[in-house]
Amino acid sequence: MSALTTLFALLLYFAAAVMIAGLAYKIFQYARTPAPLKIPTTPAPLSAAGAGLRVAREVLLFESLFKSNKWIWLFGAIFHAALALALIRHLRYFTEPVWTWVVVLQPFGKYAGYALVIGLIGLWARRLFQARVRYISHASDHLILLLLVAIAASGLAIRYVVRTDIVALKAFVLGLLYFDWQPLPGDPLLLIHLALVAALMIVFPFSKLLHAPGVFFSPTRNQADNPRERRHLSPRAALLGNHKDA
Amino acid sequence: MAKKEFHIPELTGHTEVPDIVDGAMAHCRPFVAGAEHQEALGFPGELVEGWEQKAIAKLGELLERNRALRVYLDTCVKCGACADKCHYFLGTGDPKNMPVARQDLLREVYRRYFTLSGRLAPRMVGAKDLTKEVLDDWYTYFHQCSQCRRCSVFCPYGIDTAEISMAAREIMDHIGLGQKYSNEIIAKVHKIGNNLGLPPRALENTLEGLEEDVKEETGVDVRFPLDVEGAEIMLVSPSADFFAEPHVDGLIGYAKVFHQAGVSWTISSHASEAANFAMFIGSYEHMRRIAGRIREAARQLGVRRIVFGECGHAWRAGYSFLNTLAGPWDFLDSRYPVPQHICEFTYDLIGRGALGLDASANDDMTVTYHDSCNVARASRMGEAPGGQFHIPRELIKASVNRFVDMDPETTHGKTFCCGGGGGLLTDDLLELRVKGARPRMQALKEVVEEEGVTHIAAICAICKSQFSTVLPHYGFEMDMTVSLHQLVGNAIRLGAKE
Ligand code: SF4
Ligand code: SF4
Repeated sequence: MSALTTLFALLLYFAAAVMIAGLAYKIFQYARTPAPLKIPTTPAPLSAAGAGLRVAREVLLFESLFKSNKWIWLFGAIFHAALALALIRHLRYFTEPVWTWVVVLQPFGKYAGYALVIGLIGLWARRLFQARVRYISHASDHLILLLLVAIAASGLAIRYVVRTDIVALKAFVLGLLYFDWQPLPGDPLLLIHLALVAALMIVFPFSKLLHAPGVFFSPTRNQADNPRERRHLSPRAALLGNHKDA
Repeated sequence: MAKKEFHIPELTGHTEVPDIVDGAMAHCRPFVAGAEHQEALGFPGELVEGWEQKAIAKLGELLERNRALRVYLDTCVKCGACADKCHYFLGTGDPKNMPVARQDLLREVYRRYFTLSGRLAPRMVGAKDLTKEVLDDWYTYFHQCSQCRRCSVFCPYGIDTAEISMAAREIMDHIGLGQKYSNEIIAKVHKIGNNLGLPPRALENTLEGLEEDVKEETGVDVRFPLDVEGAEIMLVSPSADFFAEPHVDGLIGYAKVFHQAGVSWTISSHASEAANFAMFIGSYEHMRRIAGRIREAARQLGVRRIVFGECGHAWRAGYSFLNTLAGPWDFLDSRYPVPQHICEFTYDLIGRGALGLDASANDDMTVTYHDSCNVARASRMGEAPGGQFHIPRELIKASVNRFVDMDPETTHGKTFCCGGGGGLLTDDLLELRVKGARPRMQALKEVVEEEGVTHIAAICAICKSQFSTVLPHYGFEMDMTVSLHQLVGNAIRLGAKE
């Protein structure tokens, strides 16, 4: 096994472990922290099922963002939809035989790379040229965009400019999954692409990418509006006990 | 402090998003609570030794206690969708009044002390040590947030800056840097039972005076009962209703409604306050203590129902929190919600034709309605979502012949704060209050000019007081603001029922 293969295999294992463990920890932490009071932003659904649907609309349609700013919504939606398609397209490297629904979506995935870049550039332009957004941006906000653009660009380049040995790549990925390492093609573009993806996975649980799990835990969105009908008692309130009546 | 001159924004048409002006409001901060007001609440009297560590420790404690805080500090992606949604930013142009920038004041410190990236690469992720400079910014800008939650409506993750402001104020209280206005008031409630520090005797006199006034005006004996044991309903109202204008006209309206409904009711001197300012300073403990008074009073008087008067944040504390803080309410009549809003109560009566309203009594007015933020975005009325918008409007339409809504971008869930909520209704913040009212004043001006609106009705003690103060700054009459139940009260034909 070449040093290169070993290096990348270890890097990718490490990145995946950091991402999974980090996210699991954050999710555990969010779930464990009590929500002492009922704070849904109203009007809100009256039932838990309705609140679940509200969260689903936020996740899938970016409902609130649509209300607030059509440009951010547009570029954000393009970027996230394209990212989803690109990720789905990449499933073909992880599955053998490739799942039918992944095969069906392949042709769309092809264009996703471009859409990804368009969405990112739109978002970045706002961050650079809109005074309010520039004011609230830190270096990390630009760097994460840079990282994503670089990942998308290197991916596109591999697909359309300097093709790599897809069959060998797939063997490498499956090898990682089944702990039966296979050699990684040494194309520089591919190595860059993989290294950047590893970097993204590593920063995930330590950055604003936490919005991905966070959106599910937002009390203003996931709580049902029923405080009079059902007494909301968090562990903390329970600890203080009920008022003693004279 | 001498009153500073400041520029009053002109109403130019629709509200434009201003250019950012760094530090535009940096000079505007409320009086700091003195030792007396701090210690009355169990907070240190002045900025303590080692406040940096203590503040960080308190932040750590709150992170463990409040999921919203934890999630919201992590989740913001700096998309800027909320940036132009805050009335204080729109009115002042100070970038730290953009909701996300306001959150960042706390987030920067959170990142520095509680996240790996902030510990390793503070410059890159905008993490900051907690310095005196940062603390100054906290005090200034977390007291330029009325906790109106407008930003949370528009944030893709529902990030509620109000939660952040409350946490920040809680931290500051615990290191000895409290706000005089709120803390003084909370101490009064603990001691006497209402924000004004009105003792039972004075309350009694006021209510007797009101009985006489109404008798004189209508010839009917409308009662304003105090501490009547065994009454069916206990009314919990903001204490401003007992004397401020136009609040007191609202109180007269409630009394007429109760009179017409033929139910026995009472005010309690022990819980003569619906407001719960502890919410503004983010103190669960004090909020719970104030809510507890309502329970004690209900027990003492043996009432069967609790009805809240017109007050925005009080309705949040009542509707959303009372059950948690002071429940269970199983000793009350389970056929009615606990608590019930006076608007729900009146709406019910109108639905049953039990009120007898003559809208022509208000023919001298064309009325618009201001949705108070806490009613609009933090509570509900009635059975269905959005009842908090529908029910008050139905009451107005039943009581007034000419009703006009303001620009829909400024009403319902998108309503703009009056500019004085969240514990900011104090003279030391007058400049902020006037400037923050601009988006609401703008929308009002439109309907005044285009639809001939003469009055703006509200169901919040703070909104009413704030409007009375700021309306003249924008060239309106101060008595343009009216209580919703004042309109109902005017329209009731006492004695007559449909
Ligand atoms: S809660 Fe209201 S006042 Fe506070 S930042 Fe949000 S919009 Fe502004
Ligand atoms: S809208 Fe929400 S995520 Fe976007 S900047 Fe504001 S608080 Fe952050």
